[in-house]
Amino acid sequence: MTKVLELHGITKRFGALTANDDVTLTLDQGEILALLGENGAGKTTLMNILFGHYAADEGTVRVFGQELPPGLPRAAIGAGVGMVHQHFTLAGNLTVLENVMLGSEPLTRVKSARGEARKKLMDIAERFGLPVKPEAKVSSLSVGERQRVEILKALYRDARVLILDEPTAVLARPEAQKLFETLRDMTKEGLSLIFISHKLHEVMAASDRVAVLRGGKMVAERKTAQTNAGELAELMVGRKVERPVRHDHQIGAPVLVADKVRIEDGGQTQLDDVSFTVHTGEILGIVGVSGNGQAALGALLSGLAHPASGALTLADQDVGHLGPRGMIRAGAGRVPEDRHAEGVVGELSLWENAVLERLRTPEFSRRGFVRQGAARAYTNDLIKRFDIRGAAPDTRIRLLSGGNMQKLILGRVLSNGPRFVLANQPTRGLDEGAIAAVHAELLAARAEGAAILLISEELEEAVALSDRIQAIVKGRLSDPISADEADPQRLGLMMAGVWTEDENAA
Amino acid sequence: MRLERRSNVPLHLVILAPLAAVFTALLLASGLIAAAGVNPLTAYGEMLRGALGSRLSITEMLTRATPLIFTGLAAAVAFRARLWNIGGEGQFFVGALVTAWIGHSLGVPGWIGIPLLMLAGMAAGAALLAGPAFLRLRFGVDEVVTTLLLNFIVILFVGLMIEGPLRDPLAFGWPSSVPVDGNYRLPDLVPRSRLHIGLLFAIAAAGAVWLVLARTVFGAETRAAGLNASAAEFAGISLPKTIMGVALLSGALAGLAGSVEVMGVTAGVTTTMSPGFGYAGIVVAMLAALHPAGVVAAAVFVATVFVGADAMSRATGVPSFIADVIVALCLLTMIVALLFTTYRVRR
Repeated sequence: MTKVLELHGITKRFGALTANDDVTLTLDQGEILALLGENGAGKTTLMNILFGHYAADEGTVRVFGQELPPGLPRAAIGAGVGMVHQHFTLAGNLTVLENVMLGSEPLTRVKSARGEARKKLMDIAERFGLPVKPEAKVSSLSVGERQRVEILKALYRDARVLILDEPTAVLARPEAQKLFETLRDMTKEGLSLIFISHKLHEVMAASDRVAVLRGGKMVAERKTAQTNAGELAELMVGRKVERPVRHDHQIGAPVLVADKVRIEDGGQTQLDDVSFTVHTGEILGIVGVSGNGQAALGALLSGLAHPASGALTLADQDVGHLGPRGMIRAGAGRVPEDRHAEGVVGELSLWENAVLERLRTPEFSRRGFVRQGAARAYTNDLIKRFDIRGAAPDTRIRLLSGGNMQKLILGRVLSNGPRFVLANQPTRGLDEGAIAAVHAELLAARAEGAAILLISEELEEAVALSDRIQAIVKGRLSDPISADEADPQRLGLMMAGVWTEDENAA
Repeated sequence: MRLERRSNVPLHLVILAPLAAVFTALLLASGLIAAAGVNPLTAYGEMLRGALGSRLSITEMLTRATPLIFTGLAAAVAFRARLWNIGGEGQFFVGALVTAWIGHSLGVPGWIGIPLLMLAGMAAGAALLAGPAFLRLRFGVDEVVTTLLLNFIVILFVGLMIEGPLRDPLAFGWPSSVPVDGNYRLPDLVPRSRLHIGLLFAIAAAGAVWLVLARTVFGAETRAAGLNASAAEFAGISLPKTIMGVALLSGALAGLAGSVEVMGVTAGVTTTMSPGFGYAGIVVAMLAALHPAGVVAAAVFVATVFVGADAMSRATGVPSFIADVIVALCLLTMIVALLFTTYRVRR
């Protein structure tokens, strides 16, 4: 069989970090290869080298037998490589057609060849089964449609090898399944595909072959038909990691109650008539496809957004309008969705981040001066108690791995003895070991009586940790179901918004 | 070729960066000096001698450095919190004008009047920056534009006042405001020179600013807000309060520069009393990498250029505008140097 792609002996270093270490990879004509690995395993770096965003320190890239010059995306595009990034690179104020044409026309051309372009686009859409409306503004499209435009953009440039970086990260399950069906059809048209993923089930479902990266090294290659999810998980992590198990126990009194909360932002309703109750010693899971109001819910429970109507009470105190500091004082602990953007100040030290929320308490300041000694001692405690590795109190926090950073954030929240904890995507982007540690901490806090609201896009996580689960769809919440009744099919329906008329269908 | 972020900035780079920036700026400026028909080495030699060659020149240089320390601190405090206060010049002038106006007819002894006038100058500078800070917080108005344009308004206003209500009837030639009462002139630090104890105030201010930034809750909140505003907000730090606090501190420092300059040097206010102290303060702050201790050193350097350029101009005929060119070049080269301290170049 012809090799459409050969990566040979690729090594890439960033400072002291070796992101890719002597990686060799090939792709056959018409094949779907899954590149599997944890975050930080070097998947995206490898694909960026292939596409010419980075130049490898060592090794060669051949496309259809031709060696590509390093560091030139234009050469990669010219050779027929297309890339669909995880974060879309579309201009929302332009139409689908304009986005597709963008960058493929010479600047010096006086008149844009819209007509021809439109015809070519429609031909491609037809051939690959990717229907689009060329004159629709991209900003009016759904996430799935936008992804389709990204793929068309690559195909428009005559891509014969397509790389998709975490293509399902933003898709709901039905959309993801549809995407993989489309991809399968595309291989019949002669395309070869690589998709990057860390989700075992989709790798098993959609690929012909799996290449597993770990710590920058290629650790295994398997025919998908000859392996199983268990083996792949072990290859990916490098050891067996067991996530902790939730044990049933007595749920106590209500702690946090939202009653018909509505949140508006910029004239748009973000949360609509949302009611829920979290009890002592309970984890309430909120599942849903990304972008359905989780951000507004997180902001509400962090104190950053306030109800336009309805009420939020924490231990019988109205906390809807208190703001972050007031929420903390009322006994709320908050783990933000985005560690880097909201959780920590990367350029500051561990100790400064550890006491950031409580700078003005007598514990950490006196007469306006920071009690640095107390803050450092406290941070040392956190490092020990929460097993934060590779750091001292004065280390700059951005040097920590995501898992250790998350442990510090969890530590700063849980050491404060919170009555209520918001855990917003607490394991996003973490590797298996760190996920297990975060789950264990959350379950320990639950055992000690904290009321925890978990917002998660990972169904497995939500089911494993939650006592009850509600789905969030377009800013509205379903009724809760007990975790014992939650099977993937029923949750899938809930996340698709089918709950009002179909309560007990599954 | 691409830039890669360093995981840690080593100390020697922090110190080397401003030196390399200054060297490059002098190198670039030497092209202009050569174009004026003078050997750059001769010119720089004259510059050094003019600023550091005698007791008189050193005191003159330190006199010039005093307001630069204050305005440099003003810029450093603001920039650390990402409040782009370009209005140091205007704040300097309102501080000076208010000091001269009140100090002309204030009927209290010097030991109480001098601190009072300093406070008045600080209040005036703080008030001038409070407006742009409020507009930015409330309506998102870019403070670079508002503070910069306020400089021109303030200087024209000062011109109006010193030709009108505050005109000194005894001044001949250049219009000047009424002078501060003799009781409020700052004592000399070195006899028979213009150098006054304001230099000590400036150094003390640098120490105080360091203490506030490094050790207080306000300083910690400022750092967090400047480095990652959304994380600071998430942690319950009030951004409006922090930014406003920074604005008041920054404006007060620049206002204090004007106040001390009036009490220490000029007695009355003229529109030419500042050779751009406010703007040069930005360069000082950048050369100091926004560190208060560095501000003192950088102010001495910029003052050396200013004072030395006058001497060089007299000796060699190169226009003294070269000082402005050198200082401006320093800002540009320092920005490039800072880039290379945080990033490394890789192929």
